[in-house]
Amino acid sequence: MKNKQTEEGETDRRKFLKLGLMTSLTAIAGASFVTSLAAQEEEVIKEPSGEVMRLLTPDGKIVEVNASNINKYPEAYITPEESRKGIPDRKFVMVIDLAKCKNARKCVEGCQKGHNLDYHQEFMQIKLIQDNPLAEPYWFPKNCMHCDEPPCVKVCPTGATYKREDNIVLVDNERCIGCKFCVTSCPYSARIFNWEHNAKFDDKSQPYSPETNVPGAVGTVTKCDFCPDLLRQGLLPHCAQSCPEGVIYFGDRNEDIVTNGAETVRFSELINKRGGYRHLEHLGTKPNVYYLPAVDKLYELEDGFDVNEEVKERYKNVPYVQELKKQGKI
Amino acid sequence: MDIQSRKRELFKEFAPRLETTSTVSKIYISFLIAIILVGIYAFYLQMSEGQIVTGMRDNVVWGIYEVNFILLVCISYSGAFISGILHFFHTPWKTAIARIVEIITVLSLLIGPIYILLCMGRLDRLHYLFMYPRIQSPITWDIIAIITDIFACFIYLYLTFIPDFAILRDHCEERKIPKWVKKLYKTLAIGYQDTKTQRDRLHKITRIMSGIIIVLAIVAYTVLAWIFSLTLQPGWNSTIFAPYFIIGGLFSGVAFIIVTMYLVRKFYKLEKYIRKMHFKVGGIILLILAMLYGYFTFTEYFSRWFSHKKIDTDLLDTLFTRYFWEFIVANYVGILVPIGILFFKKFRTINWVTIASVIALVGIWINRYLIVIPTLETPYVPIQDTRVDYIFYAASWVEIALSFAGIAAFLLMFTLIGKIVPLVPMNYILDGHIETKKVEQKDNEKISE
Repeated sequence: MKNKQTEEGETDRRKFLKLGLMTSLTAIAGASFVTSLAAQEEEVIKEPSGEVMRLLTPDGKIVEVNASNINKYPEAYITPEESRKGIPDRKFVMVIDLAKCKNARKCVEGCQKGHNLDYHQEFMQIKLIQDNPLAEPYWFPKNCMHCDEPPCVKVCPTGATYKREDNIVLVDNERCIGCKFCVTSCPYSARIFNWEHNAKFDDKSQPYSPETNVPGAVGTVTKCDFCPDLLRQGLLPHCAQSCPEGVIYFGDRNEDIVTNGAETVRFSELINKRGGYRHLEHLGTKPNVYYLPAVDKLYELEDGFDVNEEVKERYKNVPYVQELKKQGKI
Repeated sequence: MDIQSRKRELFKEFAPRLETTSTVSKIYISFLIAIILVGIYAFYLQMSEGQIVTGMRDNVVWGIYEVNFILLVCISYSGAFISGILHFFHTPWKTAIARIVEIITVLSLLIGPIYILLCMGRLDRLHYLFMYPRIQSPITWDIIAIITDIFACFIYLYLTFIPDFAILRDHCEERKIPKWVKKLYKTLAIGYQDTKTQRDRLHKITRIMSGIIIVLAIVAYTVLAWIFSLTLQPGWNSTIFAPYFIIGGLFSGVAFIIVTMYLVRKFYKLEKYIRKMHFKVGGIILLILAMLYGYFTFTEYFSRWFSHKKIDTDLLDTLFTRYFWEFIVANYVGILVPIGILFFKKFRTINWVTIASVIALVGIWINRYLIVIPTLETPYVPIQDTRVDYIFYAASWVEIALSFAGIAAFLLMFTLIGKIVPLVPMNYILDGHIETKKVEQKDNEKISE
């Protein structure tokens, strides 16, 4: 087939290719221009402002400090951008002692109060797990495992959920598009979704930070966040503070220390001596919440049923519970 | 000259349908619009009150929106695959049905993603998918695949329309077709004069596009299956999910095409073009696909049942107790009955093949439902809750209304396209005519030698 040559001596095909090349180059240039504009916005936040502030040091000297550095005090508002970097030099880890848990549910209530959650929204859930038909079940407090290989982070299409350097996995409710892929990916069922608009979402008294999870947003995913706002102040997360039995230990793997508020122990010693394990280890998610087995339990199972009827109803399908009901112990 | 007269004949044959709208047609279109309006109201309700109006809750976070999405996109991809193959391999009997297949491909690819958008909690943040995409996420791959596929299928469909638009443009002056439609023909025909070079070039481009579409369909399909199989969930984390989805999709696509062929043949009175042979061949293809699909389904469930890992047996328990009848209909009735019907030559008639296709479609919708929802109802950590809607999933009226609205939108767009362009591609009939003429000429030359 003869190529038709135009007057300028170019074939139709060459003209088409040139047009395509120029269009794609323009598109790429345009796209990079737009993204650089967007990036510039972020850079503006990072650059220190020219403003300086005059402060009085404890020695009685007056110093001038760059205004943007002032925001590093513990109770500071951490923006969604800043919350992607973790608290430096920390690798947070939690240990839950199943031998001591008696379903007091103070951890659940403390967490709900601290994050302004509704009655049925539970970041920390207490499950009743029966490992095999002959074993007695045990109470299993389960929150987000903040895995080292989180399946939720892997599948997020917009990067709304992210793993920080201090081991914490957070959700940015201003980026989340509510596709719920992360909810289906989590094998620990750790995530919950805001299905409807709630009056508390309109509370503008504090700006939103992924570190506090308050206020939430409708149509977004939320979960346990290891309370980084409390961690920055040197406090334990709400659940660990609330537990009356000292079931929840929280600490730093870098310093190899965990504490439940009353006792402070070496993390590695605790795991080694008490046979600490991780739930669903075989799935390869590398969770950061370790469990100490329910051996020599402190409380009888029946003591854990000293709760309201609605909560009791939740465990009716566990075979041992049905046995106990038949025997009239519950 | 012979070709010109043939064109005029074809136009005279197909034009009447483009001019008039019968009363039945008007009632049908208003009925569809009514369903769509109900769907729009349901959509408004969902946008204003949040997804609490659906049946989705914290454990089953994906419901029939996902099921509809998978099914429609499956149909689209298999339509692309089939139309690509029909064109690429110059199959002789593709003439009548090629355009119907291509229209189905494009329409279901337009409506399918609407369902996945409905599943998103924050539609107002849809642009975040393009501003902050994460390449590592299977959803991003799916978006890239679907958008590429929409473009490619649109281009392919348009390429096949060009010669027909040219014929319509050339012959429509005397007819009672609205002015804007005549203008539309002129613009969309982009000056195609049906010279030999133009025809050859168009054929070449269309053939290349059809090859591209076959590859695109397989790639895009695989990516969709990976949204499920790359998670850790029981019932989803299967190694053969991508081929299983491809075979299942082809199965549903062929069944859907057969049903559409039947309806188009009946309501557009195209008995001359869509003949018994098409249904016979369609029936054989459906038979083979049903056997393959049944083989894959059996393999999936059998290996889970035999090796009985705890999480798999929990899932199978759910399937065999709570979803017992759905399982029977989807995986026994939906596969074995079409095989039973189509196996015997006596039953490969137009009506029976269509009945088998309808049964197959119902079966495969339920099968997709059984893939998505029971898995979410049996997580690794037991759901210990008292609220029934958080334990079991039941679709709400909003979801059902939107599902029907999607089907109605599909039918409406199909009907409207049928009003502008004939549903049997005139240029393929012409091509067939040109081919026979060439053969006749060669024979005449041989005789005269």
